Amino acid sequence: MAVAALPGEAGPDADRISLKTKLRRAERMNRARSFSLVAPLLVFVLAVFALPIGLMLVRSVENTEVRETMPRTMAALAAWDGRETPGEAVFAAFADDLVQTQKDRTTALVGKRINYEVPGARSRFLKAGRLVDAGGGGPWKEKFIASDAEWGSVEFWAIMKRAGNSFTPYYLLTALDLRQDAAGAVTANYPDQSIFIDIFIRTLTISLVVTLATLVLGYPVAHLLAILPPARANVLMILVLLPFTTSILVRTTAWIVLLQSNGVLNDILLALHLTTERVQLIFNRFGTVLAMTHIQLPFTILPIYSVMKSIPASHLRAARSLGAGPLTAFVSVYMPQTLPGVGAGCLLTFILSLGYYITPALVGGPQDQMVSYFVALYTNREMNWGQASALGGLLLMMTLVLYAVFNRVVGIDKVKLG
Amino acid sequence: MPLKSLTMTLSALALAASCGTAFAADSLTITSWGGAYQTSQDEAYFKPYTAKTGVKITQEEYNGEAARIRAMVESGNTTWDAVDVDAATAQQGCDEGFLTPIDYSKFGGEGAFVKGSTFECGIPTIIYSTIYAYDADKIKDGPKTIAGLFDTKTWPGKRALQKTPFGNLEFALMADGVPADKVYETLKTKEGVDRAFKKLDTIKNDIVWWEAGAQPPQLLASGEVVMATAWNGRIFNANKVDKKNFKIVWDGQLLDYDLWAIPKGVKDLDAVYKFVEFASSPEAQAAQTKYISYGPALLAATPLVAPDILKDLPTAPENAKTALANDPVFWGDNKEELLKRFNTWIAQ
Repeated sequence: MAVAALPGEAGPDADRISLKTKLRRAERMNRARSFSLVAPLLVFVLAVFALPIGLMLVRSVENTEVRETMPRTMAALAAWDGRETPGEAVFAAFADDLVQTQKDRTTALVGKRINYEVPGARSRFLKAGRLVDAGGGGPWKEKFIASDAEWGSVEFWAIMKRAGNSFTPYYLLTALDLRQDAAGAVTANYPDQSIFIDIFIRTLTISLVVTLATLVLGYPVAHLLAILPPARANVLMILVLLPFTTSILVRTTAWIVLLQSNGVLNDILLALHLTTERVQLIFNRFGTVLAMTHIQLPFTILPIYSVMKSIPASHLRAARSLGAGPLTAFVSVYMPQTLPGVGAGCLLTFILSLGYYITPALVGGPQDQMVSYFVALYTNREMNWGQASALGGLLLMMTLVLYAVFNRVVGIDKVKLG
Repeated sequence: MPLKSLTMTLSALALAASCGTAFAADSLTITSWGGAYQTSQDEAYFKPYTAKTGVKITQEEYNGEAARIRAMVESGNTTWDAVDVDAATAQQGCDEGFLTPIDYSKFGGEGAFVKGSTFECGIPTIIYSTIYAYDADKIKDGPKTIAGLFDTKTWPGKRALQKTPFGNLEFALMADGVPADKVYETLKTKEGVDRAFKKLDTIKNDIVWWEAGAQPPQLLASGEVVMATAWNGRIFNANKVDKKNFKIVWDGQLLDYDLWAIPKGVKDLDAVYKFVEFASSPEAQAAQTKYISYGPALLAATPLVAPDILKDLPTAPENAKTALANDPVFWGDNKEELLKRFNTWIAQ
C-alpha cells in the first residue's frame, strides 16, 4: 500500500494510519451488521433450498442398500475374478448376511435394489431368506443353486458385486434410457423400459406449446392494458388477476366440468350443429395444453405489460409523423422495445410449465404425463427414491441449461419483471 | 446465529415435541382411503369410539401410497397411529419392516377371521371387491360377463380402469377366457403376462384411468365413461345416496381385503390396539355394512348383518360364483416388475 511512512513524517502519518484502520474497522462493523441482516435469509435459503436439492442430487447416485446389509458377501466377492460362479466362500458369507437381514427385516430391501437390474430378484431373495431361516447349515452353494438355478449365474453375481459400490450411475443411466451390461459397458436400455427420453421430449414440447399459446393470447391483452385509460385498464387488470388468485386445483377442476363429454362446451358445439357427436376434449393433449395455458396466462401477461407501460407513447407518434404506416411503426419501433418483457414472460411460463404435475394428471391422458408425474410415481408408489431423484436432477439440469441458453441469446440483464 | 442460542432453540423445540407426546394418548390419527368408505368407518368406528372413550380421532386420507408410511417411519416421526392398507402393502410393510407385527391374541386368534385374510402385519377389517359397473339408465341390455368390459363392439364408449396393473391383468385374462382358478398360474409365466397386456391393448384407446376410489362413480354419473371398474361399495353407495341406477357385473369380481396396519414407532401402541380391538368387534363390523356394502372380515360379525344388506355383499353366494380371490403372495413377488411394465405400457 502507498501509505508507508516516510522518515520525518512519523507524527501525522501515524495519525493517518490510525484513521485508516479506524475507517476500516468501522466498515467491517458495517459489513458485519448488514451481513447479520441478510444471514437469516441466507440460512433459510441454504436450509430449505440448497440443502434438500443437494441431498436429492446425492440420492440419485447413492447406493447403500447392498453395501450396508451384505458386508460379508461384498468382502468375499472382492476376491472374485468374475469368470465363473463364485465358490463356497461367497455363498457361505451370503448365507451369514441373510441370517442378519432376516433378523433386521432388510432382505426385501436388498432384493428390491437388485430387482431394478435383475427382474425377479426380489422374490428370489425372499425365498433365499426363508431357505436360510430353515437352517441346516452349509455347504450353501449347492443348496442355493438347487433352490433356484439363477444363483449360479455369473452375470447375476457380477451385478451383485457392482451393486456393492457406494455410488451407482444406474438411476441416471435409466433416466436417459441407458443401462450397464454385465461387463459394465453402457448400452441402450431394454425397449420395454425405455420411456424417459420420450417423456423429457414430451415435457419440453408441452411447455413450448403452452409458452407460445400464452404469448399469442397474452401479447394483445398486455398491449390493451397498457394503452387503455387507467379506469378501464383497472377493470381489465382485475379480470387478468382474478384467476391468478384462484387455486390451480380449482381452475383445473373447472376445466374438467367445462370440457367433459357431457359438459358445457360439448353442449354448445352440438346446439350450434358444429359437430354431430360429442368431441373428446379432455383426458388428452388438447385439454392439458388448454388448462395449462389458462393457468400460465397471467405469468406471461404481467411482465410484458410492465414493459409496455414504460414505453412512451411519443415514440409511436414520432414514427408515424416521420411517415411510417401504423403496422411499420408498431413492428419496427414498438415491438423491439417490448422484447425484454416478452423474454421474461416466456421464460417464466416455460420454466414453470416444465414442472407441471397436477394439471396434466387431472385433465391429461397417460400420454400427456410430464416428468414431474414420474417423479411423484417413483416417490409415492414405487418407493424408488433414487430414480425419482435422478429424474428430478435431470429436470433441474435441463432448466439450468435452458436458462443459460436464454441468458446467452437474450441476456438476463435485459429482462424486466416489473 | 451463535451456537448457544441455536442449541437453546433446538432444545426448546425438543421440549415442545415431547410435550406433544405426553398428550398423544388422548387422540389418535387414523388414515384411510377417503370418500364413502371412510365415511362408513367414521359412522361405525370413529364416532362411537370417541363417544365411548373420549379419545379424539383425527382422520387423514391417502390413496394407498405405502411410501408415505415408510417415509414417516424412516424419518422417526410416526404421526399416523393406524392405517387402512391393502393386502399388498401389509405384505410389503412386513417384508421391509415399516409395519408392526400384530399380536393376534388380542383379537381372539387368527381363527376369528375369514380364512386366508390374516397377515403378520395387518388385521383384516373388510372384504371388498373390484367389480365393473355400468349405468343401467343408459345401457338397457347390459353385459353379463367380464368379457363385456373389453367388448367395445357391442358396448362402444370409454371405460374407466384403475391406474394399476393390479386387477386389470386378472380381468384381461378372465375376459380372454382363462378360468378364475387358473389366472395367477397363467400370470406367473411371461406368456401369460403378454397375453393380459395384449388383451388390454385392444381397449387401450378407450380407457380413462382413475386413481381415487371416488372417481369411478363420478365418471359414470357424468357420462364420461360407459363402464367403470370400481370398488363395489362405492357403486352401492352411489345408488343408495345419489339415487343412481348403476348395475354391478359380479362375474369375475376380484375379492380382496383391507387391513388395519400399525406403522413402526407409534407413540402409544396400547392406545392403538384398544382402537383396533374396538373396530374388530362383531357389533362394530356389522354396523359398518349399514353404510357401505363391504363384507366383515370377522367371522362373528356376519350373523349380525341384516339379510337385505347381505345380498349386496361381494361374499354373498349368488355374487361369489365366479369370484377370484387376490393372491397377495403373487403380487408381493411380482409387483415391482408388473408395475414397471404397466407404467411403461401406459406411457407409450
